[in-house]
Amino acid sequence: MSTVPPPFSGPPGGVPRLELTGITKRYPSVVANDGVNLRVRPGEIHAVLGENGAGKSTLMKIIYGAVQADAGQIQWNGREVVIANPSEARRLGIGMVFQHFSLFETLTVVENIALALDEPFDLKALAARVKEVSTRYGLPLDPGRLVYSLSVGERQRVEIVRCLLQEPRLLILDEPTSVLTPQAVQKLFETLRRLASEGVSILYISHKLHEIQSLCHGATVMRGGKVTGTATPARETPASLARMMIGRELPVCEIPAYTGEAVPVLTVKGLSHTPDDPFGTSLKDISLEVHRGEIVGIAGISGNGQAELLATLSGESTGPAGTVSLAGQPIGHLDAGKRRKCGLTFVPEERLGRGAVPPMSLADNATLTAHAQGLVKKGFLRPKAAWAFAKTCIERFDVRCGGPGAAARSLSGGNLQKFIVGREIMQNPIAMVVAQPTWGVDVGAAAFLRQTLIDLSRTGVAILVVSEELEELFEICDRIAVLAEGRLSEAVPKADTNAEKIGMQMSGLFRNTDATEAAHAAA
Amino acid sequence: MIEHLIPILVGTLAAATPLIFAGLGELVAERTGVINLGVEGMMLIGAIAGFAAAADSGGGALAGLPAGAVAGMLAALVFAVLSLSMAANQAACGLALTIFGIGLSAFIGQHYVSFSLPGLQPLDIPGLVDIPVIGKIFFHQDPVTYLALVSFGVVWWVLKKTRLGLVLKAVGEAPDAAHAIGYPVIAIRYGATLFGGAMAGMGGAYLSTVYTPLWVQNMVAGRGWIAIALVVFATWNPTRLVLGAWLFGGVTILQFHAQGLGIALPVQFLAALPYLATVVVLVLISRDKRLLQLNLPASLGKPWMP
Repeated sequence: MSTVPPPFSGPPGGVPRLELTGITKRYPSVVANDGVNLRVRPGEIHAVLGENGAGKSTLMKIIYGAVQADAGQIQWNGREVVIANPSEARRLGIGMVFQHFSLFETLTVVENIALALDEPFDLKALAARVKEVSTRYGLPLDPGRLVYSLSVGERQRVEIVRCLLQEPRLLILDEPTSVLTPQAVQKLFETLRRLASEGVSILYISHKLHEIQSLCHGATVMRGGKVTGTATPARETPASLARMMIGRELPVCEIPAYTGEAVPVLTVKGLSHTPDDPFGTSLKDISLEVHRGEIVGIAGISGNGQAELLATLSGESTGPAGTVSLAGQPIGHLDAGKRRKCGLTFVPEERLGRGAVPPMSLADNATLTAHAQGLVKKGFLRPKAAWAFAKTCIERFDVRCGGPGAAARSLSGGNLQKFIVGREIMQNPIAMVVAQPTWGVDVGAAAFLRQTLIDLSRTGVAILVVSEELEELFEICDRIAVLAEGRLSEAVPKADTNAEKIGMQMSGLFRNTDATEAAHAAA
Repeated sequence: MIEHLIPILVGTLAAATPLIFAGLGELVAERTGVINLGVEGMMLIGAIAGFAAAADSGGGALAGLPAGAVAGMLAALVFAVLSLSMAANQAACGLALTIFGIGLSAFIGQHYVSFSLPGLQPLDIPGLVDIPVIGKIFFHQDPVTYLALVSFGVVWWVLKKTRLGLVLKAVGEAPDAAHAIGYPVIAIRYGATLFGGAMAGMGGAYLSTVYTPLWVQNMVAGRGWIAIALVVFATWNPTRLVLGAWLFGGVTILQFHAQGLGIALPVQFLAALPYLATVVVLVLISRDKRLLQLNLPASLGKPWMP
């Protein structure tokens, strides 16, 4: 991560590969892009840096022809162009790797690639080319495999190889590392540097400052739909980049020590579970203890059993009583409502749909999980109590919204997450399970949520956090475990591990090391 | 023994023809994520349109089949405008189309109740018809039955071997992803839905102009529903669909013979037998959950807007 990219040595004053002037895109409620200028030279890796909602994705969609700008010009190799749709963009030589993959699960790798190519249909010849290109760039792929059986990293390889086969002159990558292990990120960077050295321009969208510093030659920073500056990342500090990105200093969490006794509260013992969904991941013999006053983090890439583990913890799927217990009481056989009564609350990953019902008001959404807090009496709703509960939650957790009557879907990701977390905290849990606490949340709200969780744990609540953001886990957790291929590693104090070790475990390597150690012990 | 079986098997192919047409059409539509429960209605509309064209023009079945296909396509167009352009609930639109088709065909059919048509003579395929047993079963059929088998071959080939087939499957699997890489999802769904309508209409017209060339109210008699069931139980695979259609056709003919022999079972039970047998057998062979999950178009029945 410490390698600094060499200063960009492209032809000075040459024609830029892509130049955007005054790009503007208005949506009914928001101006997504407001007079955006951007310039990328041939062979340059150029970062577009900004928070969620800064307008990065819209800008990229405009370049890729998926969205049309209301105003502004696009110049491609010095010539003005209108990009009406993605296939036109591809013809110009623009390739895009999407943040949420645009792959078809039940088709094979080569079929997925064939769908995006405008050339005669010959799967056999294409499979050979896929093999050739993927080995050349160090992205090994089996063309005949069905996509649903691939890991997330492998899926990303499919997307990249699909772009490379079109011999792009500009490659757009939208948050490409959000789903990769630290080792896979290094591999990706090698590939990207190699492409750049071959003259391909790369637009790299991210909000991760250290990645941009180690990879990119230049950067354009966006905030609220506008460009707030351009920079040479290697010459900046994370703090100075963050200031450009969020307009103020990067907030830091305070972590007091827990002074109480460490008593196990949430215990998982020998939990194995095979999901009904054939595309799901089976959980294999999972054991875990979360003590009073601590936050335990579960790292790992989604799809390694995260969804299944969360379902068995929340009570969406039930199993033998003894596999999950709360303060010594077996709850593995209880459904979600009964577990909540025992004092286990839950913040799911999907805010709209699982965490809250989108069209319903915040007060009604409060009633759905917090009904035991006097919001329902003898089976009858008490709307006034629900209103008051929601109002308290909004005030206490700084939720910016139109009041308790506002529909859940009208809130921004960060504010809705604050409301959901607040609602669960106000039920006075003894243990809480939180999935992806700050996914898609802006920096300010993320810092608030992290501090809220830390403070809650120090009052004696046991908290389990499942997250893909390794940095976040290192910031707020006391101990960290890794879930890979349905197996959970032992939770170790964060001082005893680091990103590299966790990354190895994410790739499932901890089982092998265990096995070799066991072999050594036996010998 | 064989002498008794041959007439049954000959009849089987003809009895399966309307199901093959309607089933293949529905299969293609469902591959793109559109579930059209209006098959029964489209078949009835095709049946009456085909019958009217055949009777009024004097052109017989040759005039009836194209008319049936066009009428079925128009009916599917109504469904497509509602469920694709306006993103209305597909199940509700399909059911409405079926109810509409039953009523419309009965209304127009009043004028044709006493009519009968000449039908079509079997067409022997030279050379092949002389093969013992097989020749009589497969190569001594009416021309439309051959057309159904050719349709199967074309659909199978397109789905399995061509880019178009892959695009159809991609649209049904993940319309958002297909849109992102630049495919016109709505246009593709329109095309598949209209093809489904044309095929259902053709199946209906075959029933009224060739299979039993006279008009009887509600003469499709649930075959549209069987076609929909066949598509699901065949796990969206055209080969299994045709095998399922033959099974249905076989039991249909068998129970006619059973009725003729005076077997001591209630006629109603015998008449219900083909439906029962098809559903039971298909449920048994499609128990494999993984197979269903892998082949089920993930966006089936979900409205999609760009």
